[in-house]
Amino acid sequence: MFILGSNVFYAISPRVLKLTIDKIEAGIEPRTLLMYCSLLVAIAFGHLIFRFFMRTTMISASRKIEYDIRNDYFSHLLTLPISFYHNYKTGDLMARATNDLNAVRNVVGPGIMHSTSNIMMFVFVIALMAYTSFKLTLFALIPLPLITLVSKLTMKHIYATFKKAQEQYSTITAKVQENISGVRVVKAYVQEDRETQIFSTLNDRYLELNLKLTKIRSVLFASISLFMGIALAVLIWVGGKLVMTNTISVGDFVAFTVWLGMLAWPLISFGWILNMIQQGAASLTRIAEILDIPPAIRDNELTDKSIRAISGEIEFRDVSFRFPNTDADTLRHINLKIPHGTTLAVVGHTGSGKSTFANLIPRLFEPTDGHLLIDGRDIISIPLKTLRKHIGMVPQETFLFSDTIAENISFGVDTFNGAELEAAASLSTIAHDLDKFPDKYETLLGERGITLSGGQKQRTALSRAIIRKPSILILDDAFSSVDSNTEEQILHQFRDMLTDQTIIIVAHRISTIMHADHIIVLDDGEIIEQGTHNELLAMNGFYARLFEKQRLEADLETL
Amino acid sequence: MNTFHEEEIMGKAYDSRLMKRLLTYMKPYRWQVVLAVLLMLVATALDLLMPYLTKIALDNYIIPHDAQGLLHIVWLFIWVLVFQFFFQISQAYLLQWIGQKVLYDLRIKLFRHMQRLSLSFFDKNPVGRLVTRVTTDVETLNELFSAGIVAIFGDIFLLAGIIIVLLKINSTLALITFSVLPVLFYITIVFRKYVREGFRQIRVRIAKINAYLQENISGMLIVQLFNREKKNFKKFDVLNADHLEAYIRTIVYFAIFFPAVELISAIAVALIVWYGGMNFNSGAVTIGTLVAFIQYARRFFRPISDLSEKYNILQAAMASSERIFKILDTVPDIKNPEAPWEVINFRGHIEFDHVWFSYKKDEEDWVLRDVSFQVLPGEKIAFVGATGAGKTTIISLLCRFYDVQRGSITIDGVDIREYDIHFLRSHFGIVLQDVFLFAGDIETNIRLSNTAMPREQIIKAAKDVNLDPFIRQLPNQYQEEVKERGSTLSMGQRQLLSFARALASNPHILILDEATSSVDTETELLIQDALKTLMEGRTSIIIAHRLSTIVNSDRILVMHKGKIRETGTHRELLTQKGIYHRLYQLQYKGENQVSS
Ligand SMILES: Nc1ncnc2c1ncn2[C@@H]1O[C@H](COP(=O)(O)OP(=O)(O)OP(=O)(O)O)[C@@H](O)[C@H]1O
Ligand SMILES: Nc1ncnc2c1ncn2[C@@H]1O[C@H](COP(=O)(O)OP(=O)(O)OP(=O)(O)O)[C@@H](O)[C@H]1O
Ligand SMILES: [Mg+2]
Repeated sequence: MFILGSNVFYAISPRVLKLTIDKIEAGIEPRTLLMYCSLLVAIAFGHLIFRFFMRTTMISASRKIEYDIRNDYFSHLLTLPISFYHNYKTGDLMARATNDLNAVRNVVGPGIMHSTSNIMMFVFVIALMAYTSFKLTLFALIPLPLITLVSKLTMKHIYATFKKAQEQYSTITAKVQENISGVRVVKAYVQEDRETQIFSTLNDRYLELNLKLTKIRSVLFASISLFMGIALAVLIWVGGKLVMTNTISVGDFVAFTVWLGMLAWPLISFGWILNMIQQGAASLTRIAEILDIPPAIRDNELTDKSIRAISGEIEFRDVSFRFPNTDADTLRHINLKIPHGTTLAVVGHTGSGKSTFANLIPRLFEPTDGHLLIDGRDIISIPLKTLRKHIGMVPQETFLFSDTIAENISFGVDTFNGAELEAAASLSTIAHDLDKFPDKYETLLGERGITLSGGQKQRTALSRAIIRKPSILILDDAFSSVDSNTEEQILHQFRDMLTDQTIIIVAHRISTIMHADHIIVLDDGEIIEQGTHNELLAMNGFYARLFEKQRLEADLETL
Repeated sequence: MNTFHEEEIMGKAYDSRLMKRLLTYMKPYRWQVVLAVLLMLVATALDLLMPYLTKIALDNYIIPHDAQGLLHIVWLFIWVLVFQFFFQISQAYLLQWIGQKVLYDLRIKLFRHMQRLSLSFFDKNPVGRLVTRVTTDVETLNELFSAGIVAIFGDIFLLAGIIIVLLKINSTLALITFSVLPVLFYITIVFRKYVREGFRQIRVRIAKINAYLQENISGMLIVQLFNREKKNFKKFDVLNADHLEAYIRTIVYFAIFFPAVELISAIAVALIVWYGGMNFNSGAVTIGTLVAFIQYARRFFRPISDLSEKYNILQAAMASSERIFKILDTVPDIKNPEAPWEVINFRGHIEFDHVWFSYKKDEEDWVLRDVSFQVLPGEKIAFVGATGAGKTTIISLLCRFYDVQRGSITIDGVDIREYDIHFLRSHFGIVLQDVFLFAGDIETNIRLSNTAMPREQIIKAAKDVNLDPFIRQLPNQYQEEVKERGSTLSMGQRQLLSFARALASNPHILILDEATSSVDTETELLIQDALKTLMEGRTSIIIAHRLSTIVNSDRILVMHKGKIRETGTHRELLTQKGIYHRLYQLQYKGENQVSS
């Protein structure tokens, strides 16, 4: 509507101009002249008002759309399973949220605003032109089909090249991201030159694509100006003749040149908009690619919404698991019942599937075969939120946020008080370390907790799990960076305080697991032995051997 | 998300110092720039010729009814067009070419510079921010180069050209046209003032959004495990809405400004018509002049409103370049000596001499206090101690990731600050506590930049860490893809892979910081056996919590709260009945109880 109004005013002004000039030619009263001049200004003012509203509404709309897309993107990312993040690089996902989103925003905002405005203006101007002189209009519009043709030819190329360029940009972003995250290794292994070289190679390609894009664009823009110029030439020739034969007035002629001038700009910007739309389309495809990935793990019709709490009995019923795109099962026919309130320990070789086993419980992955039951109910029927709410997990790879320690510990609880925070911190003994920091709980961490030592990070993560008072506590190699002294303190406290919880401990040190109620030995995805510490020793198998190895040395050295 | 991610506040919109510096990057392409400017001059001149030709056509031929002359003028017009076409293409392409080249150079320079910066810099700056510098910020400059600078040059030429032509045709009428300019300037100044603040806000907010997004993507596992989806989404939404709100405010300024420029342009046209109409009878102004003036007036105001639209780009570019330059101006804390020590025979005798160290440069928050020890060439020493005692810090100092505040570290009697830093590091094979793998394949993760490394050496390294059987059963074996940070490998496998990397580099000094903490005992023992022959006569420094990893070391140093408290062999330390003894008891107490 505003666009319409603004264009009416805009297109009409040459008409007034024409009248004025015709009058001037014929001789004019100063008063009428003044009136005409004021009219010109008044029209411009009307145009201004409409333009103002047009701009505010359209551009605001585009910003709101940007906001919506960004929110959608993030909320979608939140629902995607962990396996998704194994396949996409952080840098790539970021590039889509920044660079691509920008390209899309440009289309929906300035792009749509200018193109609708241009189209309307076009129609108006041409209508007015035709009204003034139909014949001249036809002549003046001869180059129009040529413009359409050129645009059509270039559009496809712009789309394809731009998409490639954006992809390359993503790759570059991912590379920088990786380089900076791994700066310690880069430096330790003196990889600076190689990294720079890889980076240059990526940039070479990016440069090449951009130059190609530039070439297409300059041809497009220049041709549009050329065709508009030709139209003007035709107008001068044909229009001039018409003036000579008195078919049209000089004022008409002048109005025509102004109209054509008005058409030139939309046409040139038309090329620019086409370019933008193609880029936007390419970027939108890239964003949509992510938005179209269905969240694999979520509540569905099998979910029983009435389940509110979990007491912590876990049962694996012939569970097998295979990672996508691999050709062997990582877990095979696991049958196991973990009663409520007991501690299960898992040992096994590197890569035997311990973490995978642990990850199935909070439904980070889903069994490919068999059933996983919690409190006797299939895990699928438990609402995901409820399930995870009652699980405290310390994943094998520690991740902390660049926030205060207090924020990191209380990450998974909605409300908590100072006492709870301190209890959780002292249970993992991190409280002891915090006392030495000047800012205590308010100590700000670097990215991924970089300013803490390995063991401090792990223990912060431990507190983060404990403060939730979970029914199921999963510790995946959670003491690997902790000295035995500290570990012993922690485990000791656990034994006293966490009596009602089901605990699953994955570990390599016998001292960590020997007190567990039940121990399983995983080998190549299968449970090969299980029982208590003493039972397993009696079996004289894997566990007994492991025990011997750790003990043998000990004895050897005490001799 | 607090101050750590706060984007620095950037001031000025236009800064001639920054601009000058940006322009120095064009230096290698000065001839291309000269050519481009020439082309642009011609293109602008041709552009300006057209309304003038229209005027001539009208005054000299159409009104006097001279069809023959008109035809000539039309032909001339078409020739001008054709020239214009070629000049415009070559000029536009050339300018873009220069812009792209400059950005390419800048990006690489920035990246290379970042490679030289010290770890203390990376501790302070979140990854997201640094990534933004190399990518988004440079890309913003791209816009300046491709749309901004080019058009600004062109616009300035155009404005100057128009002023000259108008004054030549009719100076009074020209002055009348220009009479609206003061108003225009005033409006522009007011507009700039408001918009500047608006854009600053926008930039700060978008930086926050991106930092937050990036951290959430990296830590998605934790976000989901701890049911934080809703809460984090809300946080994100707040950041996002803040950004939106800041934007909406600037839109109003723009929406007022652009039409206002058009209004002024309309007033100018009205003035032209009015003056022209008044003086038509006296013959001072012809119809042709009038038409030409109207056309010129349009061309005159368009670049002005364009310039303001570009203002946005300009300001963003200024902010980006300021941030980029700030990084380029950061001098690495750790400097390579100007004249590095010429090494004839590197033996690897390490000595820490009363070393004091704190991560905060000027605060006495000591992480290491008065640490002194020696490592003789070929010795196997181990560090144990409580978490946070400062073991990793010792390694970082040895690699010169940081410099000590007091005392010194020497190798073969020479302070490590006097060695070429790359030379120094190339003697170490390090497995860091935080394992890092590159996206790529297994082989390149072991080989890294050493393209000359024979495949056998890679396979040997994998065999030594007992990873070979696992790699063999992968579909692509050594070419199997490794995802970002090795996310599809088990933790132990990642550690083994980076262990293999350290071994393959065939180092003088092997440094293992919790290198096998997530590896099972059996594999670890196999590695130890392999190491025995492998490290024959070489130095190794091992940090471990699992005592079985270190019992066989020549010497064990026990660290506690930044100090070395006990030193000796396993057996000596046991008899001392100190910290080590206690650690030992804890780890083996269980076994002994059971077996006794
Ligand atoms: N980059 C850093 N910036 C500031 N402080 C740091 C940084 N890295 C470590 N620290 C602090 O220095 C102290 C010693 O850390 P260090 O990593 O050396 O311990 P560590 O003995 O290796 O411990 P762990 O056995 O847990 O790995 C810790 O208190 C830690 O918080
Ligand atoms: N996302 C994944 N995609 C494909 N394969 C995977 C993925 N994650 C793990 N694997 C493979 O599955 C196997 C089991 O991995 P898992 O992490 O469960 O081992 P683990 O027993 O925990 O080992 P560690 O003791 O080293 O932590 C490994 O061989 C590993 O390479
Ligand atoms: Mg694991």
